[in-house]
Amino acid sequence: MAVTRDDVKHIAALARLAIPEERVPELVAQLNGILAHMDVLRDVDVSAAAPPAFGSAPTPLRRDEGPPIQLAAPRESFAPSMRDGFFLVPRLATHESEDE
Amino acid sequence: MSAATHEFEMVVGLEVHVQLKTRTKAFCSCSAGYGAPPNENTCPVCLALPGTLPVLNEQAVRLALRAASALGCTLNERSVFARKNYFYPDLPKGFQISQYDKPLAERGKLEIWGANGGTQAIGITRVHLEEDSGKSVHDRYPGVTAIDLNRAGVPLIEIVSEPDLRSPFEAGEYLRELKLLLEYVDVSDANMEEGSLRVDANVSARRRGERTLGTKTEVKNMNSISGVQQALDIEYRRQCAVLAAGGRVEQQTMLWDAAKQEVRPARSKEGSHDYRYFPEPDLLPLVIPKEFLDATRSQMRELPRAKRARFKGDYGIDDSAPGVSDSGRGASDAELLTATRERAHYFEAVVQAQKHGDPKAAANWMITELLAWANANGARVSDSKVTPALLAQLTDLVHEGALSHTAAKKVFAVLSASGGDPRAIAEREGLIQERDAGALARWVDEVLAENPAEAARYLGGEAKLQGVLVGLVMKKSKGRADPKQVNQLLSGRVSRGGG
Amino acid sequence: MTAVERVAESFRRMDDVKAGKDGLNCVLWSDRDASLEAARERDARVAAGPLAGVPYMVKDNFATLGLPTTCGSHILRGYVSPYAATCVSRLDAAGGVLVGKTNCDEFAMGSSNEYSAYGPAKNPIDPSRVPGGSSGGSAAAVASGIVRIALGSETGGSVRQPAAFCGVVGVKPTYGRVSRFGLVAFASSLDHVAMFGREVDDAALALEIVAGRDPLDSTSVDVPVPAVRAERGRTKDLTGLVIGRPREYFPEHLDPRIAALCDRALERLASRGAEVRAVSLPHTALAIPVYYIVAPAEASSNLARFDGVRYGLRLEGEGLRAMYEATRSGGFGPEVTRRILLGTYVLSAGYYDAYYKRAQEVRSLIAADFRAAFAAGVHALFTPTTPTPAFKFGAKADPYEMYMNDIFTATANLAGVPAMSVPVGRVDGLPVGGQIIANHLDEPAMFRVAYAVEDALGAEAHA
Repeated sequence: MAVTRDDVKHIAALARLAIPEERVPELVAQLNGILAHMDVLRDVDVSAAAPPAFGSAPTPLRRDEGPPIQLAAPRESFAPSMRDGFFLVPRLATHESEDE
Repeated sequence: MSAATHEFEMVVGLEVHVQLKTRTKAFCSCSAGYGAPPNENTCPVCLALPGTLPVLNEQAVRLALRAASALGCTLNERSVFARKNYFYPDLPKGFQISQYDKPLAERGKLEIWGANGGTQAIGITRVHLEEDSGKSVHDRYPGVTAIDLNRAGVPLIEIVSEPDLRSPFEAGEYLRELKLLLEYVDVSDANMEEGSLRVDANVSARRRGERTLGTKTEVKNMNSISGVQQALDIEYRRQCAVLAAGGRVEQQTMLWDAAKQEVRPARSKEGSHDYRYFPEPDLLPLVIPKEFLDATRSQMRELPRAKRARFKGDYGIDDSAPGVSDSGRGASDAELLTATRERAHYFEAVVQAQKHGDPKAAANWMITELLAWANANGARVSDSKVTPALLAQLTDLVHEGALSHTAAKKVFAVLSASGGDPRAIAEREGLIQERDAGALARWVDEVLAENPAEAARYLGGEAKLQGVLVGLVMKKSKGRADPKQVNQLLSGRVSRGGG
Repeated sequence: MTAVERVAESFRRMDDVKAGKDGLNCVLWSDRDASLEAARERDARVAAGPLAGVPYMVKDNFATLGLPTTCGSHILRGYVSPYAATCVSRLDAAGGVLVGKTNCDEFAMGSSNEYSAYGPAKNPIDPSRVPGGSSGGSAAAVASGIVRIALGSETGGSVRQPAAFCGVVGVKPTYGRVSRFGLVAFASSLDHVAMFGREVDDAALALEIVAGRDPLDSTSVDVPVPAVRAERGRTKDLTGLVIGRPREYFPEHLDPRIAALCDRALERLASRGAEVRAVSLPHTALAIPVYYIVAPAEASSNLARFDGVRYGLRLEGEGLRAMYEATRSGGFGPEVTRRILLGTYVLSAGYYDAYYKRAQEVRSLIAADFRAAFAAGVHALFTPTTPTPAFKFGAKADPYEMYMNDIFTATANLAGVPAMSVPVGRVDGLPVGGQIIANHLDEPAMFRVAYAVEDALGAEAHA
């Protein structure tokens, strides 16, 4: 499964990374080089695979009560842009529920 | 309706997101309540500050279990959380914690009224737990979107139906019954207008008789049952037109615009989303504690459909399919009486308290008097000063003949305004029906004497004058005479031959 | 010595060794006044605590109040966390005083500390060489005598490997032994809070203080804190102790001098009564491919929160999408970018089964190798920590070649078993580490061997 230029552009978009055009060939080569080392996994017999023992404990449940973890500093101290308590971001280009 | 829609049939599946009424959020201890100033109910965890981790709220699990059980689902004792990855400013982590491969529950069903008047079992594919996102407000400040994360992390269940719905009517019935069921098991306010119940629809069209599913579109942004029904109708017609013209339906996301009453494509650049689901490594598998399972089973309440059927069986209350007309959807008496648990409870309390069991009377009084009052005053039946005990007493008085129906309505009005004792009120207002044979006979005699011409004609065989004479007796008695007995007395005079 | 004296001493030492930008660059952020004030508070306490006034440092990917938490990245430049990591709180509660945040590879992705946005950290033994990574700054801080205890984090060996490169002790406990709450996530199922110590006992003390269930971390195991310091008294007679020497960790091409130093340590253990046994962990060679699928995959998801919305760097753009891309591309360095791309790819539609799912399945086989070895009667395994000593800056330009540094350490992260590195000698004057691996939750056995090696080698470990 070779990674192509279009693959790199597609995954960069999924990951919200802007890759300059001149860096794409280098990344294609590097990703292919790395993934080539993973090919060895294809031929491994995984019929005996089972989840590791320590992963089978159940997730702990917490009680439905507060208090929440307190913030030692107000949100405004670390937020890039706030107004009247809202976090502000540039207006979405579309209005819809998710941007792909 | 165009010929096109006749040769096709509509296939609909609904994905419903329901907010669970926990005190705190799914994965942190912030309040899950409504109405706080923006971002006040946030903490490092739900703000997704670097280094924070989720811990699951046990009450979210309990409520999800109740809902899934009420929907008849098979519960997976071990289920797994997964990350659904995408970027959006109201999704702080850049992923939503949800469930994918191994959800909490699967394979349930919900019975609804079908379009043909009978019942229809709609399959429930799965019920799973996930967290809500925050809110994006686009129009508050120019050029920017304002983000409020108070809602981010509130626990949700997603209920996915099989594509078993075949019409906007059925979609409406499904949502009505689902909402009712969720209120009955007390897991959510399930209010579409407030956003505690949200619906996405998957709709496709196929030629009648075909077994395979057509390409579906996803329709979002419907905030009411009628909105869902209108949107489905419009999108279905659009698809039929495309197919009838020999075209292919494109898979895409559509949005309902209630203001413009239209369905339009969402302007997103790529087709389907790649959420890159993988098991959430910060949570271990959810294993349902045995005591939760036992409690769910032992505490399961009678569900709406069962209650309606029981009201019909035990009390003879009508439970037929809703009538649909120009004035809208007419609910059966059973539906009205069970529309909330509290109403159903009230009804049964009345029946229990009645000396003369008369469930139909109880039902009529509730529906015509109490519900009207409740709706007019934005109240619940249990807020009324007319308690079940008082209403029972009232129906008993009518049953015994001590009050006419008209008189009873007057007593009801007094009870509703200021409570009290029905018999005492009736006596005070002089409403108790006179049933003493002697008194009634005297009034009959007086009327016959005062109206000799009519009396003679009546006694001579003109039966149709009976009503007039009864009316005169009622007038003379100021409405207190028992009309039944008066009728009997009069007809008795005829057969006795006058005098 | 009072806390104030100890802390002042730490700061003096920082100046002497030039811990900042113009020198070793192992300490990114420190605040002398704040640390001295904390020290005064410790001195005023009635109960001093097990870490009474002891200065410590933590890697810059631990959330701390006061000092910034940048994870060695431009995207968190200047970010001060409004809450503290559980480990940091526990160290403070025990009487410790935080005296600095240490340099690291950006978001813990690296094996040399060359990938920090704040410049590389240098190996105090030979500043022309890397200290190792990703926790290079903490290793260098301990090696140069600034502090005796420092926290780092491990995902593929990021504490053991720098410990080996810098000639100090590095411990990765069992997965879940120490709370990750407040450790900025890189790869959640592989991340461990880990500790450096000048000697074995320092690391043991640190472990005892930070270990234990934390209700804020769902993966934190609910077991008692292991009494590892008690193993110090059990090192003279090792009769009955069985130590495995896995052949896969002593491959043909391993530098024979490194192998010799490890075998010397084993001989010393044998002379005290331990049995050394040849064992095999057949899936060892698959560790790097598995690691470099699982870790980037989880990282690509964990780093999605760095989007310029709620904290950290924001670079403007025309509209939301442009802001995301400008912020993330401007904020992340090339290695992080590469791993996010790789991780996104292996999780994406059509590739999930072949890559991520398959890697997790092979991972369970690696874990099974360890289980089988311990079930067969071995109490601990002994191996080299790294295939080479510290290399020169710029020596590993090829990303995959850099990944191969983790070849002996990544297995323990994948399996979750505890592992640690102790100095076993020098090659060309550069420190070499021997690695001890024990069974799940068996830190006591691991520390027993570590104390024994340290005791048996004495000054030879640093010669």
